Amino acid sequence: MSSSARNTGSGVTRRQFLLDATRSAAGVALASAALSLYGASGAQALPASAIRPPGALPEKEFLGACLRCGLCVRDCPYNTLKLAQLGEEVALGTPYFEARKVPCEMCDDIPCVAVCPSGALDPQLKKIELARMGLAVLIDHEACIAFQGLRCEVCFNVCPVRGKAITLEYRRNQRTGMHAFFIPVVHSSDCTGCGKCEKACILEEAAIKVLPFELAKGMLGKHYRLGWKEKQKAGHAIIGDDVKHRYNLPEGMHYEHAGRGLVIDQPPGAPAPLPGSDALPDSPFPDDPLKRLNSGKGGI
Amino acid sequence: MSESSAARAKRRPGLEAVQEQGWWKAHRWLLLRRLSQLSILLLFLAGPLWGVWIIKGNLAASLTLDLLPLSDPLVVLQELAAGQTPLTNALLGAGIIALFYALLGGRVFCAWVCPVNPISDAANWLRQRLGLKGGAKVSRSVRYWLLAAVLVLAAVSGALLWELINPVHALYRALLFGVGWIGWMAAALFVLELVSGRDMWCGHLCPMGAFYALLGRFSLLRVTADARARCNECMDCYAVCPEPTILSNPVNGAEKGLQPLIDSGLCSNCGRCIDVCARDVFRFAPRWNSDQNPSVEP
Ligand code: SF4
Ligand code: SF4
Ligand code: SF4
Repeated sequence: MSSSARNTGSGVTRRQFLLDATRSAAGVALASAALSLYGASGAQALPASAIRPPGALPEKEFLGACLRCGLCVRDCPYNTLKLAQLGEEVALGTPYFEARKVPCEMCDDIPCVAVCPSGALDPQLKKIELARMGLAVLIDHEACIAFQGLRCEVCFNVCPVRGKAITLEYRRNQRTGMHAFFIPVVHSSDCTGCGKCEKACILEEAAIKVLPFELAKGMLGKHYRLGWKEKQKAGHAIIGDDVKHRYNLPEGMHYEHAGRGLVIDQPPGAPAPLPGSDALPDSPFPDDPLKRLNSGKGGI
Repeated sequence: MSESSAARAKRRPGLEAVQEQGWWKAHRWLLLRRLSQLSILLLFLAGPLWGVWIIKGNLAASLTLDLLPLSDPLVVLQELAAGQTPLTNALLGAGIIALFYALLGGRVFCAWVCPVNPISDAANWLRQRLGLKGGAKVSRSVRYWLLAAVLVLAAVSGALLWELINPVHALYRALLFGVGWIGWMAAALFVLELVSGRDMWCGHLCPMGAFYALLGRFSLLRVTADARARCNECMDCYAVCPEPTILSNPVNGAEKGLQPLIDSGLCSNCGRCIDVCARDVFRFAPRWNSDQNPSVEP
């Protein structure tokens, strides 16, 4: 290997040096471009089944912060978390969990966050109920047996934020006419994304799944205002009196906006009610409700 | 290559040292390095394997006895470059590690800790046996460009892109956190080393090595060739040194008045040269105590 001894730099010309440097720089630039492409394509996006630990920064920032040390994995008493291996869809070496396998038990002291040295798991998260690892979504209304009118409520019962993150909504079972549906409804205001519901779902493939927020949430157009909420905020009706209200009412009735509300007019020829009498006139409506609606162009 | 040097290259470097000083003395630093690599790995493995939690985490960041934080300064630098704020533990850990290697010789990490070292050593051993030369011509300065690129990539993308492929951390993580594709990764590195040229990864590409080389530039512990008067130019040290270019001045620069201290940050303080030299030219010495050893008789 005596040849290496000759390669000491003393014999290298300036030209050769510049050439080498340019070649190296070009090679490294190419390699970097390839790495950025690889990073941008997929290695940065989290698959839907992978959930980050509690307190995890938004994915983009998380990938800049996590040192991939696995301390969170080690301090999780339930072996919930694991580090992504080569060949998995999650960025190599970063922690995640799959709710259907092992969900997060929502430890009070949040050991995974406490031990994280990088800040990738936000130390500001002190109450586990405020964690937002993802959002449970009752994803398959067809398979969920609550929608068949059967009693299940397993997800409702295992939820650590029971009664808030999942509530049961009662609906009439029209099939039997005499039973109720107990429909689980998830509320994003309280769901931590721990995944216990997904883990517990009795189906072969869970009908309720925890998804990353970007997938789980829709978004209302920014211009939408919900009248009843605006009204609540303002403390009064936010629409003033119009000069003229138009209502598409059937014949024989009108609406007094600031007054009595719906008023059923006297059929022509009927005797005027006695002053002070509350007695309603006979209904002016025909028996067929459709006919009733279509007959009136009126209102006031 | 002259015939004699070809003959030299063929025979095993260090054979003379074994003959003159015995097998143990001619392998002591190698054995100590393997011991160090193994015990550090075992300290980490004791937790996941036997439930004895001395060190948690991995080489990127760890916690010893739930008390002492250590972290890889280059990974923490990448986090900073990515615009994130590491917590005290990460910063403190990086500081401790940086100080340690700045004093001891940065690339001590490469020779005494890094899991890639045994792989590349094995590959180099095999290629020597097979007489492979390896054709890839890559400048040894590429690693500094890569080092810069690692930080630039983190800054531009906001993500630790390098850590997606960094085999140093990936190997350790795979060993500690579940095996995954580790066999493939190790095999790929092995093949790279085998076919592309000697010490391709550690000596040409690895940005961690480059970082530690810069960090340990002025380290206090060094190898010195201060008994170079005894050198008989057998070239065995060149044959085993992973950074042979750094040897020529200290070993052969006596006439030019160059110091015998191996001053380059590239030296990994592996002690291979000490082991392999039948004439005891080298020794470890503090930086300030490495002058020509007057007691050496030529
Ligand atoms: S909160 Fe507890 S169970 Fe959930 S990931 Fe953290 S340590 Fe594990
Ligand atoms: S402890 Fe923090 S830095 Fe370490 S792997 Fe977990 S999230 Fe990443
Ligand atoms: S993920 Fe499921 S169990 Fe966990 S808080 Fe949300 S609804 Fe409850």
